[in-house]
Amino acid sequence: MENKIKAILETVMDPEIPTLSIVDLGIVTGIISETEGQAHIKLTPTFSGCPALRIMETMVHDKLIEEGYTDVKVHTSFDVQWNSNMISDKGLAALKKHGLAPPPKHDGYFELDVLSDTPCPLCDSRNTTMSTPFGPTLCRSMHYCNNCKNAFEGFKPVG
Amino acid sequence: MEFTDKHVQGLKDLLYKMADDLLILGHRNSEWTGLGPILEEDIAFSSMAQDKVGQSLAIYEILNQLGESDPDTVAFTRNANQFHCSKLVELPIGEYDFSLVRHFFYDHADAIRFEMLATTVVEPLQMVAKKFKGEIKYHTMHADVWMKQLAEGSDESKMRIQNAINETFALALGMFEPSDFEAELQEAGIFDGEFVLREKWLNKVVPLLESFGYSVPDATTTIPEFGGRKGQHTEYLQPLLDEMTEVFAIDPGADW
Repeated sequence: MENKIKAILETVMDPEIPTLSIVDLGIVTGIISETEGQAHIKLTPTFSGCPALRIMETMVHDKLIEEGYTDVKVHTSFDVQWNSNMISDKGLAALKKHGLAPPPKHDGYFELDVLSDTPCPLCDSRNTTMSTPFGPTLCRSMHYCNNCKNAFEGFKPVG
Repeated sequence: MEFTDKHVQGLKDLLYKMADDLLILGHRNSEWTGLGPILEEDIAFSSMAQDKVGQSLAIYEILNQLGESDPDTVAFTRNANQFHCSKLVELPIGEYDFSLVRHFFYDHADAIRFEMLATTVVEPLQMVAKKFKGEIKYHTMHADVWMKQLAEGSDESKMRIQNAINETFALALGMFEPSDFEAELQEAGIFDGEFVLREKWLNKVVPLLESFGYSVPDATTTIPEFGGRKGQHTEYLQPLLDEMTEVFAIDPGADW
């Protein structure tokens, strides 16, 4: 029953990145469905201050009601802490498709120097410069590609 | 081990001071929105504000689980003398040099605090500390980059930051005001305490500042600006709270 719910949640998109589902983003950290109609969902924030999380809670709730679930609970929890490795390969491709440089994979600890030559999502050049680690949303940094002369945004790595 | 009343009291005190620091500094950082010296700084301080207010909410929620009022009530209905923030975070933003130095001192302390709490026996706190220590890396990196750049900028930029360091150092040491529960927190495995944190912080910030070419006042002879953790604040906190809670005070049920 959990798999069926997971498939439904794969159609719920990040409100700020319409190519990326919340499942591929890696923020769905718990699905419980022990009886017919039950769907208890646990979400975890990418960044604790992310204002989109409340919107995503509502989207998940409404979607499950629409799909016929009657006992729907959605809550936020930190018991699994999100890190950028939790974005699926499909999710990384979806980010790139949306024009956002995907975060590099890391093994827990990394220096933020990794941001200095983030591959350009438009032309794949590594001849890029980070302009600022803070962007239009908490999860994005801003970069400039010296090769194709475009400004672009990256999805920040988080450990 | 089983927590006694004193352990719980100590834990709440620790959580209140962390959450209040985050909420108040978050609010102060947000005052740079639209005023940053360059657009990127405007965005940086605004983003850090959002992170800090979000982190404060997560800690107020732990307090709520421990029997305190809900986060909105706690954040918006207390007076200055009920806040546990340090005097450092409540001061007005002043010039950019002060705001940057405050950000540098505060965020290095918080990064170490979260690192220490990532192994606390208090599970919900351990979880958020693990989360926050990833997020705050971006804050300390931002502070370090600018502290270094302004040291290498002009004579004026270096002098202004040096003056801000000298003027802010006692306030920064005030962050580590010991609580009445240091021994209890330590014996229960909740937190190694403000003294340990202060030493780790000095070992981090002093060599870093010196490597940038600044001098740092002597911590052993500087008298820390204590009081904030016990509800004794500067004249600047109450007006900030009045502004922050203006809408809530007019209409507590407001929704937007």
